Amino acid sequence: MKRKTANWGNYPTIEADVLTLRNQRQANEFIHRDGPMIARGLGRCYGDSALSETILSTESCNNLLAFDSEKGILTCEAGVSLANILDVFTPRGWFLPVTPGTKFVTIGGAIAADVHGKSSGSFCDYVLSMQVMKADGEILTCSKTENAEFFETTRGGMGLTGLILQATIQLIPVETAYIREETVQCKDLDSVMDLFDHMGKWTYSVAWIDCVATGKNMGRSVMMRGEHARRADLVNSTQRRDPLNFHGLPKLDVPIMFPNFALNNLSVKAFNMAYYHKCPKGAHEHIVNYDAFFYPLDFVNNWNRIYGRRGFTQYQFLLPMESSYEGLPVLLEKISSCGLGSFLAVLKKFGPHESFISFPKPGYFLALDFPITKKLFALLDEFDKLVLKYGGRLYLAKDVRMKPEMFFKGYENADTFCERIKQWDPQQKFQSLQSRRLNIHQ
Amino acid sequence: MQTALILGAGSDLARALARRFATASYRLILAEPDTSLIEDLAKDLEIRSQAPVETVAFDALKPETHQAFYDSLSVKPDVVLCVFGYMGDQLKAETDSAERLRVMNVNYTGAVSILEVIATDFAARKAGTLIGISSCAGDRGRQSNYIYGSAKAGFTAYLSGLRNRLFHHGVHVMTVKPGFMRTAMTEGLDLPEILTAMPDRAAEIIFHAFTRKRNVIYLLWMWKWIMMMVRNVPECVFKRMKM
Repeated sequence: MKRKTANWGNYPTIEADVLTLRNQRQANEFIHRDGPMIARGLGRCYGDSALSETILSTESCNNLLAFDSEKGILTCEAGVSLANILDVFTPRGWFLPVTPGTKFVTIGGAIAADVHGKSSGSFCDYVLSMQVMKADGEILTCSKTENAEFFETTRGGMGLTGLILQATIQLIPVETAYIREETVQCKDLDSVMDLFDHMGKWTYSVAWIDCVATGKNMGRSVMMRGEHARRADLVNSTQRRDPLNFHGLPKLDVPIMFPNFALNNLSVKAFNMAYYHKCPKGAHEHIVNYDAFFYPLDFVNNWNRIYGRRGFTQYQFLLPMESSYEGLPVLLEKISSCGLGSFLAVLKKFGPHESFISFPKPGYFLALDFPITKKLFALLDEFDKLVLKYGGRLYLAKDVRMKPEMFFKGYENADTFCERIKQWDPQQKFQSLQSRRLNIHQ
Repeated sequence: MQTALILGAGSDLARALARRFATASYRLILAEPDTSLIEDLAKDLEIRSQAPVETVAFDALKPETHQAFYDSLSVKPDVVLCVFGYMGDQLKAETDSAERLRVMNVNYTGAVSILEVIATDFAARKAGTLIGISSCAGDRGRQSNYIYGSAKAGFTAYLSGLRNRLFHHGVHVMTVKPGFMRTAMTEGLDLPEILTAMPDRAAEIIFHAFTRKRNVIYLLWMWKWIMMMVRNVPECVFKRMKM
């Protein structure tokens, strides 16, 4: 049956055949159907990466299959969400080694986009092995040492190498479910970059950045950095009594689509100013639970609806380390002067990292949310030129509009990637609207 | 550690219920005609509950095996969830006697057959809870699914009588009328989102109602009022309607 489907950005919305995968046996049946298809988990990519004529929904393929409680090694099906893993394993003292800004993503999606977060490393650094069903129905086990080429292409490969069925991942031990967080107000771009460069040994770091402020305030930010709290760090008796559990606040919900005008330049400016000044001057340390630290937006269900029916997109680019100091101010200037206020903008520095086709590599990442408007895409094309000029690239999981040349110039292994896809999937069974838009199959 | 027996463990609702009970540290026994379908689920539940999970073959359509099935369980359950059901195809059931018998035999005959065996044990032990998943379709017969609806109506009436009988033995019986749920059974149906429960949410509501010893529950509050209206339409009007 055709069902209206959109990913997190609510743009585009398409009519697609959604096939719900309930077990691995069904995968073989579904995969031999005609027409292009792509796997989709919880649909938290922003754009068209998980959209196709036929969608293989892996959400219901969500069994935990094995857990080594000595080593913290978990094997599970691709539809298991990060939220599931945290619910089951945090109370036992295990945590995710890498997590993006939402816990409502599946393992399959996290691998396909090789997601990253506040830590230094990407999700697949901790994937020990996985099983992937290729277009011909063969199930391949791959890891850094076994079928290594297939492994490196599948991580960040946006589901184009095959259908990820299950994965074995390494969890990390924690003493508590809390994070020792320090917030630091930074008055401009130079000071926040300086802080990133002299970070010391913080495990987690990210900066919210005001992309509306101009002039001497340009790039003013609030740096948030954190460390897993040890038992001794906990401050009150409720936390100490049950350090691995916490009772979060009840969730809020956005039950309806906001009207399109709710987010405008004025409201965005006001929000950004309030957010900056809410943070006390100087450095400030406190203990927060992991939900508050990693997933502040998950607290509001369906927050994407505040952008209204038009939908929104996230423009996330990286600049390599060597060109960041020159390029970031130029891009920020361009962004703040273009008049498109970004409600949320996040800056992150990423350390040494090997990648074949996955997004993360050493440099600065900046992510900005924009409502879809008539003039947006033309403007983003201009941003693209600057990003390319400084040797950067865009994150596929957030993208909904980049042109093929942006992909092929930004990702140095793009040509090899396309060749390998053709070799493993000659019928071009696995296609998304995105992969077609980017001419990956040509 | 308490034990929960899930009859018909292969469905989406059963899986969600099993996980909810596993999270509450219940030891689980999963019953399903083909146990190979629930092996992965059993592994999942063992990790979640940190207790061994047993899978046993059970077929609602073979009432003659029910007593032996129950006797063979190594641990007798404290909670039994009767989750299996078969919606069938109404139009097919109108002309195909095998189809309509299957609908009746799974939803009514099979359910009564096994629960009566368990009820006798619970009554003797003077403890336990039986949870039966019935249906809103049983509240009033409608042309679009009255074979299924009448079987569920019978099951609802059975649970009501059983609750009455077992109350005097300290055993609780809960009737659940789910309404629309997003499961394999309803895949391909165009269900209104606001009236449709996801299995995880449904399991949470059922577990909560179980801990509070509720008697009869609808999953979403709207259904109580919808079904009240449906029940109260005069028959002379109802028969002319197309529902």
